[in-house]
Amino acid sequence: MIEEIITSGRMNPEIDPVLHVWGWEIPFYLFLGGLAAGILIFSAYFTLRGRQDELPIAVKWMPLSVPFLIGIGLISLLLDLSHILYAWQLFTNIRWESPMSWGAWTLLIITPLSIAWIAIWMEDIFPKWDWKFDEVKTVVKWLKEQRRILAQILILLSIILGMYTGILLSAFNARPFWNTSILGPLFLTSGLSASAALIAYFSKTELEKRLFTRIDIILIGIELFMIVHLFMGHLAGTQVHIQAAQMFLGGAYTVPFWTFVVGLGLLLPVSLELLELKHKFIPAIVPVVLIIAGNLALRFIVVSAGQASRWLY
Amino acid sequence: MRYAMAVDTQKCVGCNDCVVACQTENDVPIGHCRDWIVEVTTGTYPDLGLEIRSERCNHCANAPCVRTCPTEASHYAAGGIVLVEEDECIGCKACITSCPYDARFIHPEGYVDKCTFCIHRVEKGQNPACVSVCPTHAMIFGNLDDPNSDISKAMATRKWKSLIPEAGTEPKVFYLL
Amino acid sequence: MNRREFIKIAGVGAGSLAFATPLFDFSKEEILAPDAHPGMYSKRTPTYCEICFWKCAGWVHTNDKGQIWKITGNNDDPHSNGRLCPRGTGGVGMYTDEDRLKTPLIRTGERGKQVFREATWDEAFTYIADGLKKIAEEHGPECVALFTHGSGGKYFGDLIKAYGSKNIAAPSYAQCRGPREVGFIATYGEGVQSPERVDIRDTRCLVLIGSHFGENMHNGPVQEIAQATGKGATIITVDPRFSTVASKSKFWLPIKPATDMALLLAWMHVIINEDLYDKEYIEKYAYGFEDLKAHVAQMTPEWAYGITTIKPEVIRETAREMANASPRVIVHPGRHVTWYGDDTQRLRAVAMLNALLGSWGRRGGYYYPAKVSFKSFPHPAFPKPARSWKDAFPGKYKLAGLALASGICDATVPSSERDCSFKGWIVNGTNLIHTLPNQENTLKAIDALDLMVVIDTMPMEITGYADVILPECTYLERYDNIRVGPHREPTIALRMPAAKPKYNTKPAWWMAKGIAEKMGLGHYFAWKDIEEKLEWELKQVGSSLEEMKRLGVKKFQRDDDDPLYPMEDLDDFEFYTNTGKIELYSTAMEDEGYDPLPKYTAHEEPPYGYYRLIYGRAPMHTFSRTANNPNLTDLMDENSVWVNPKVAQEWDLKNGQYLWLENQDGVVSKTPIKVRITERIRFDSVYMVHGFGHTNNKLTRAYGRGASDADLITKVHIDPVMGGTGMRGNFVTFRFEAGKELSS
Repeated sequence: MIEEIITSGRMNPEIDPVLHVWGWEIPFYLFLGGLAAGILIFSAYFTLRGRQDELPIAVKWMPLSVPFLIGIGLISLLLDLSHILYAWQLFTNIRWESPMSWGAWTLLIITPLSIAWIAIWMEDIFPKWDWKFDEVKTVVKWLKEQRRILAQILILLSIILGMYTGILLSAFNARPFWNTSILGPLFLTSGLSASAALIAYFSKTELEKRLFTRIDIILIGIELFMIVHLFMGHLAGTQVHIQAAQMFLGGAYTVPFWTFVVGLGLLLPVSLELLELKHKFIPAIVPVVLIIAGNLALRFIVVSAGQASRWLY
Repeated sequence: MRYAMAVDTQKCVGCNDCVVACQTENDVPIGHCRDWIVEVTTGTYPDLGLEIRSERCNHCANAPCVRTCPTEASHYAAGGIVLVEEDECIGCKACITSCPYDARFIHPEGYVDKCTFCIHRVEKGQNPACVSVCPTHAMIFGNLDDPNSDISKAMATRKWKSLIPEAGTEPKVFYLL
Repeated sequence: MNRREFIKIAGVGAGSLAFATPLFDFSKEEILAPDAHPGMYSKRTPTYCEICFWKCAGWVHTNDKGQIWKITGNNDDPHSNGRLCPRGTGGVGMYTDEDRLKTPLIRTGERGKQVFREATWDEAFTYIADGLKKIAEEHGPECVALFTHGSGGKYFGDLIKAYGSKNIAAPSYAQCRGPREVGFIATYGEGVQSPERVDIRDTRCLVLIGSHFGENMHNGPVQEIAQATGKGATIITVDPRFSTVASKSKFWLPIKPATDMALLLAWMHVIINEDLYDKEYIEKYAYGFEDLKAHVAQMTPEWAYGITTIKPEVIRETAREMANASPRVIVHPGRHVTWYGDDTQRLRAVAMLNALLGSWGRRGGYYYPAKVSFKSFPHPAFPKPARSWKDAFPGKYKLAGLALASGICDATVPSSERDCSFKGWIVNGTNLIHTLPNQENTLKAIDALDLMVVIDTMPMEITGYADVILPECTYLERYDNIRVGPHREPTIALRMPAAKPKYNTKPAWWMAKGIAEKMGLGHYFAWKDIEEKLEWELKQVGSSLEEMKRLGVKKFQRDDDDPLYPMEDLDDFEFYTNTGKIELYSTAMEDEGYDPLPKYTAHEEPPYGYYRLIYGRAPMHTFSRTANNPNLTDLMDENSVWVNPKVAQEWDLKNGQYLWLENQDGVVSKTPIKVRITERIRFDSVYMVHGFGHTNNKLTRAYGRGASDADLITKVHIDPVMGGTGMRGNFVTFRFEAGKELSS
């Protein structure tokens, strides 16, 4: 028997007995970031493909939510900061080694760009919209001319943002469960899947609905593949990675993860979507709610499990 | 200059004096600690082994906390001592999650706090409080770059280990075996 | 990793660092602002520690705001060598504890219920003076006793001596080290004393029997053990528990509890039969060697194996190990030795074993301590009491050198056999509820009292039974007597206040003097205040208060004719025994009707499903005294019961689960205790740290945390020689629900 105990009564709040410094704020922030990234990617991508009129919800309407998503996300992040009065220090320098730093900068840049992106479509979706000031009109006009470049920048930044939500975690090699580079792509895919599901739900045309349902099915397939890979990678890793994986393969996280993330969050909605494509009647709200909930659950569980996984010594 | 610490597990009795001394020296609030004692028992009665370690921030040469800090609040100070600048810390806790030793904590005032190797004492030529108080003289503090320092000599002549070197952190608290 | 690899990695580390982030960021040279570290400009005042009896001298550092900041050791002090133990370092918490007693209290309801009113000092003193006078008139002043532990006891001692009683008891005698003193006095004519006169620093082999230094943080021995082992000394530890020091030992003998005597006798057998003893020394100094030789002739390691479960070859090997180191070997007498009721005899065996190894009076063995001859401030002669506590026990405990706290307690319970029972108790700094075994008896005694005064800094359980509670200020806020302890070299040490007393608390000297004046006994305390007293006393030894404030500790020279190791440096030595020799065969014991040579007696073993209750210390606590200290409870705020994994499996116990313990008499612990499943304890025993399980809710941090072993020690094996209370003969089992409804 090996008995390893701390005998000095160490009980640092939120650190002991198991690390739990990150509560709901960070996973919620990661979810919103991923969702915003997904929406912008679809909007920008289909703009570049010239399908903005065919897919109005995806291209023109959904980006309206992005500043709110990012805003709420930033508020959650700020709520998590324990020394919040010094939050401005985030923007006194850029630290490339710190995902927290470049993530913050990405958000800082992407927010005005997303507003600019919305501005481009305002007159399309609200025909009576009037910018009132000539200066604004000039700017919007200029933006419309730069639409393709803006779309390209947005795609790039959104991929960074979507990946960042995972890389923020995978950069911590102190937490073996997070310490896999697949978290970035996984969270990006997951964010894309959530936005595809939302677009499908809100879309008015059969074309748009079926397209995004199909996209979502593919994305969920990729997600499932990456989840399998996540565990394969861990199981092929060092002792600490194996133990981290085992938290999900018999350990404390097994039931919540496989039930809420994989079962209810991926497998069930993907089945419903497949049935939908076969013209079976499925209440449209069901798959999208399941996917969003699964998305949230994925981040909550990953953030929690990562903190519970550790090196042994 | 490379400051480091060696804890002689042969001498350490796990009395906790280092923990109290740190607490009073640095006004660490009750309920928090910058250093702590780990006891590892191995074997089956009556064939047993016991290793006792006084642990703290390892002042890693490749410190993940410094790497993941978004504001440079966590930084290397003179001699490689890893410190947190209170006024630059935003409390994002990235450093806390990045530390494989769980050596950091959130000070009730909001910033992240941890062992400083008592740099305020070291600069005056004194040992850190934990070292200076240890009843069994189980701890050695000094400069690894000085081959004549007590710590360099102990490291040269004794078997030793550090904690989770495989995490790539290059810790600078060593355990003499 | 080996040294070469280290250099490699270190080199890479430094290089990559220089690349990534400047290693020497001189802009952040980190000279912390003075206000960030209050100690940058600190003042220090001398003190000696009050958290345990080791009384290490140190310095109290106050910051620029005059607040107490930290306590450090005094480099000139042989007790601490400049390093305090965790309790001493955490002594600040005694001062900052907001649960402290804050003002004098007088009882307004029945005993045991906490119904008090706040009182002025004058009211409290008047109440006490009236009570004492009434007892003196009705029963005689001999019916008042003082229980004391700690520095203030000296003043209350003088008070009750002036009043006419000499019943001054410290639980540290009959509940702790008494048998050791008696056993050694019977052998060498001198006790081990406190601090123990063991020359661990220079020893080559240290034998510990049940002593758990390291967990028991008596500063001197812990420091010296590290020093000695650093120089290659071996340790032999005899303990059913794999203690910290057992883990540092060359030999750990996981003995079956209560059988140490057999091991000691077998060791003597081996040492005599293999001719390993110090012949010259024995011939020169010892009396009764042939008797001993005949006595242990049959006590072979094979005989002891059947009793102790220690293999014969291990007994032989360890005996040889000791003999090889002889005379620089210490078979340590321990300190808390009241275990099984034959403790004086066991400690006699320890003393004799040391004699065979020739370690008494030799370097690396037992040294001869020296003390400054210190004159107290003159006072009139105390009245001669007509009786003492011993009269309550005719023909018993004949070799008890000091008053028995438990004896006084017993003699307080009214009985038809005694004409006078104790009527008044003054309890200074000792929580008798937890300290004395058999709580029921203690409570019965308290019930019979006319007056009970408790002086303490904390609202310990005992304060709940007091008629008057006097709040003492902590040692950091007061003067006390000069410390004049025996050690290798004579020293004196000063304690002075580092800060003003918090709340309405006062030092013991002020209280004792105040009560004396109220009773018309003021002439026994003829000094104006403590500074005048100390100044006078220090002048007699050629020092002054001013000098002591500066030095904290002052060293003196030993007399030339009083060598540290007389068996090395003197040609001739006469011991204070009847024969003038080291008595292997004790004539004093024989005269009083006790066995002149120690015998092995089998002790009761735990019944099926029960485990022997072993208790001990944790390094960060001094029992009740520190149980509420904010700094120290931060390290450990509850005890746990150590259970062997095999036992845990049998009972289906889980690590960390809470349960109750029930002893052989059906007594259940008042509070639940956490299970710690560990290989470090024998399967026939459980272990817990003493001093937890407090039931006074005024101790906000200690209340209800852990369990008290004292609750469970209801069977006491009294040592017939000196009245020590053997407490290790209690057995417990596990219970999964609270006591009340089932135990009645």
